[in-house]
Formats: sequence, structure tokens, C-alpha cells
Amino acid sequence: MHQTFDAALEINLLHANQEGADHNRAHFDRWGITCLNLMSSPGAGKTVLLERTLAALKDKFKMAVIEGDMTTELDADRLRKYDIPIIPINTGRSCHLDSKMVAGGIHTLEHQYNPHDLDLVLVENVGNLVCPAEFEVGEHAKVALLSVTEGEDKPLKYPVMFQEADCLLITKIDLAPYLDIDCDRIAENVRQMNPNVTIISVSAKTGEGLQQWFDWVKNIIYQNQADRLASI
Amino acid sequence: MHETDMTKALILTIKDWYYSQAEQAKIEKIHLVVGQFTCVEPASLQFAFEVQTRNTFLEGVELAIQEIPLIAFCHRCQQEYKPKLGLQYSCPDCKSPMEDIRSGRELKIDRLEYSSTNNCKGGSRTAPTSN
Repeated sequence: MHQTFDAALEINLLHANQEGADHNRAHFDRWGITCLNLMSSPGAGKTVLLERTLAALKDKFKMAVIEGDMTTELDADRLRKYDIPIIPINTGRSCHLDSKMVAGGIHTLEHQYNPHDLDLVLVENVGNLVCPAEFEVGEHAKVALLSVTEGEDKPLKYPVMFQEADCLLITKIDLAPYLDIDCDRIAENVRQMNPNVTIISVSAKTGEGLQQWFDWVKNIIYQNQADRLASI
Repeated sequence: MHETDMTKALILTIKDWYYSQAEQAKIEKIHLVVGQFTCVEPASLQFAFEVQTRNTFLEGVELAIQEIPLIAFCHRCQQEYKPKLGLQYSCPDCKSPMEDIRSGRELKIDRLEYSSTNNCKGGSRTAPTSN
């Protein structure tokens, strides 16, 4: 007799990654760190944004960067001159950072630096509009970047990342006059699926909009610190 | 190819279940639920599953993927609607943004079909390889 049984599992496919992300966040919370996950397609300007951010905020906050790069340390090398902990994570052929890889970065932070001193950890994800959106790494907020050269339809085509973003940076706006691009349309397309997102247009080249981005970062750090105090 | 990583997670979860069973079980079918508003491509998942389970205790096991449509609820119109993926996510009637996703974000191992090897010819349990 052939009897078939059913076992109901109802387990999320990403539960292991989610548990890892929650664990990472608990570490950050214990050390009083705010963590931001920066995501975009390759070449949207994540690294140059980090360069500007580190230069502008390094006297105000203690920062570290966890740098995901597929095979090289080129991005990490660019950031090392700011004299803060830069932790490269070579993802090999993986197209995104996951919580386990970031846990490795946290381990390095814990053993080679003093994480209690830090205010902010910026995670630069692998350049990719699809995969990173599904893998939380332990961040407190997600920041998506979209450069004006990519076209206003990208949020519609790759909706998950834009739907989950807390902040959207429209980058390279100094190039907008040379392109047939409607920046309002980009914002509209994102707001269709994410009405509460903060949208800031920036140019790392001219500096336009950067102050607004720095203020957003400051606010989220202060907000997190206030929340932690309130929960004690 | 994040489907490769997701498949690894799937196999590990099934392995945990397999070893938690008191009696030997022959897994026949795995039911997955995948929402359309995820970054997962069912065909890639099928392919990764087939490749990664070769020569393991899951070789030949059927992976059944049920796709769940993206359905949102518009609070202004008090009705559900199906956003047009890649084109429009706001409510087709009043253009309110998509705020309340009712389905389409699922990524779930729903259930397993298995038979007891005592009753099933040829259902010998092979040692799983580490994947």
C-alpha cells in the first residue's frame, strides 16, 4: 500500500537570512549604531556618495563602512583615505550581500575596532537592482539610488527595491539638462508604490542636494538614539 | 542568480525536517508559494533545485511552485485591484498609491508530500550530501 502524507511547513524561504538580519540589528542596537543599507544598480554613484558623506560627517559622527564588492577592493580603496574602518566583503560571484556576509563584517568590527564608539555603519551593497532587495542585512533603513541616466521607468520595472526604500536619492542630477529625462516622473513612479519615501535629488559632482541628504542621515541617527533611550 | 541561494536555504530547511522525522520518509513533492511581487523567478528556482539536488536525497523530487498574483487594496475605493506589473501600481480608478499589498510578497515553503518508506517500494533513504 502506498500512503502519502502531508507535512505543513509554512516556512519563509528567507527565514534563515531574516533571523541573521535580526541578529545583526540586535548587535547594532546594543552598540548604539544606526545601520543604512545602500542599494542601486552598478554605477549609480554609491561609492562617490559615500566619499562625500564621510568627508562631510566624519567630524560629527563616528562611522564605518561595510563594502560589498563582487571581486575587487577598488571601492574600499577609494574610501580608505577617510581614516575610518572600511570592511570589504568580497561576495565572490554572489549578486547581493546577505545577513551572513554582513555578520562577518560585524565580527571584524567587533574584533579589530571598538564598535561602542560608532554612530553609523554604512553598508554599500553589490550593484544590482534586483537581488539585494530581498535580502535584509540588519539595517535600520534602506537607501536606494537611481541615477538620471538610468531612465524614469526603472522603478516600475524593478519595483521591489523602490517599494521598500526609506530614502530614494536621484543621483547625477547635474546631467539632467543633457538628457531627455523627467525627474518629477521618477519621483511619481516611485511614489505610486511607496508614498512615504523621502526623495532627494543630488549631484555628488556639484554638491547640489547633498546637505539635504546629510540632514536625513543625521535625523535617522538622532531618531534611533532617541528610540533606544526611550526603550530603556 | 539569488535563486541559487534561495534553493540552498530551501534544501537546508527540508533537510532539517527530514532528520527530525522519527520514521524514514520518502519525500515526493515540495510545494512552494512564490508571489509575483518578489525578485524570484520560478523557472530559475526549478533549474537551481534540479541541479543542486542531483545525487542527494532530494534527487528527482518534484518542486511544485504556486505563483500568487500581486493584489493590492485601495482604501479610498474600498476595493482590491491587480496592479499592472512593470506599468502601473497605483489604483486604476482613483490613482491612489499602492500602500496595502494583500498578496504577492510570499516566498514560502508551504508543505511536503511524503510517503513512509516502509510502505513504499524503492524508497530507500540515501544519506544526504552536504549542499
